[in-house]
Amino acid sequence: MILPFNLILVLFVYICAIAAITIRDLLSAVVILGAYSFLMCLLWTEMAAIDVAFTEASVSAGIGTVLMIGAISKTKRRSKD
Amino acid sequence: MFDFIVDHYNYWTYIGLMIIGFYAMMTKRNLIKKIIGMNIFQSAIIFFFISSSVKKGVTVPILEHAHGHAAHGLEHVTHAVDAMQYANPLPHVLMLTAIVVMVATLGVALAVAIMIYRKYHTLEEDEIIMAIKRD
Repeated sequence: MILPFNLILVLFVYICAIAAITIRDLLSAVVILGAYSFLMCLLWTEMAAIDVAFTEASVSAGIGTVLMIGAISKTKRRSKD
Repeated sequence: MFDFIVDHYNYWTYIGLMIIGFYAMMTKRNLIKKIIGMNIFQSAIIFFFISSSVKKGVTVPILEHAHGHAAHGLEHVTHAVDAMQYANPLPHVLMLTAIVVMVATLGVALAVAIMIYRKYHTLEEDEIIMAIKRD
C-alpha cells in the first residue's frame, strides 16, 4: 500500500459518493456511480484483493451501470432532490 | 492515540461512506436516488471487510512455486507456505459472494422501480404516497 496514493483515492471516492447523491440529473448520477465503482476497484487492487477488484470492475461498474441506464431510459431522467 | 486514528483511515472512510449511503436511502425522495444510496452502502461494507484483510508489506494471495516449479538445482526443496507474505484471502472470498448479491439486489430494486413507474407515472416517493392515498 502506498499511503499518498491511497489517500488521494479515498478522497476521490468520497467526492464521487457525495456527487452521486446530490446531482439531480439521474443519468449523470449513475455515470458518477460507475466512476465511484472503478475507483473502489482501484483501491482494492492496492489492498492486494485483485479477485474482488476485477469482479467489482466487471459486475458492479459494468453490469450495474448498464442496468441503471436501462432503468432510467424506461423511466424519467430528472429528479426533484 | 492520534497515530491510531490516522492508521485506521480505511475504517473511517468506511464509516463515512456508509453514512452517506444511509443518508441517501433515508432522505432522498427519488427511488433511483435511494437505489444509488443502497449501492454506496453495500460497497462501503465490502470496503470494510477487505480492509480487515490488509497487512503491511504483503502481496496478492497467489502462491509462488505452487505447482512444483522449483528453482534450478533445488528440485528436492518443497516450499512451505509463509502466511505472513500474503494478504488474508478469506474476506476476499466472502466479499466475492457479496458483490454478486449486490448486483442481484440492484436488479430486483430497479425492476420494482420500473413497475412503480408504470403504475403511478412518477418516481418521487411523496407523489406516489399521495396517489396511493387518493385511490
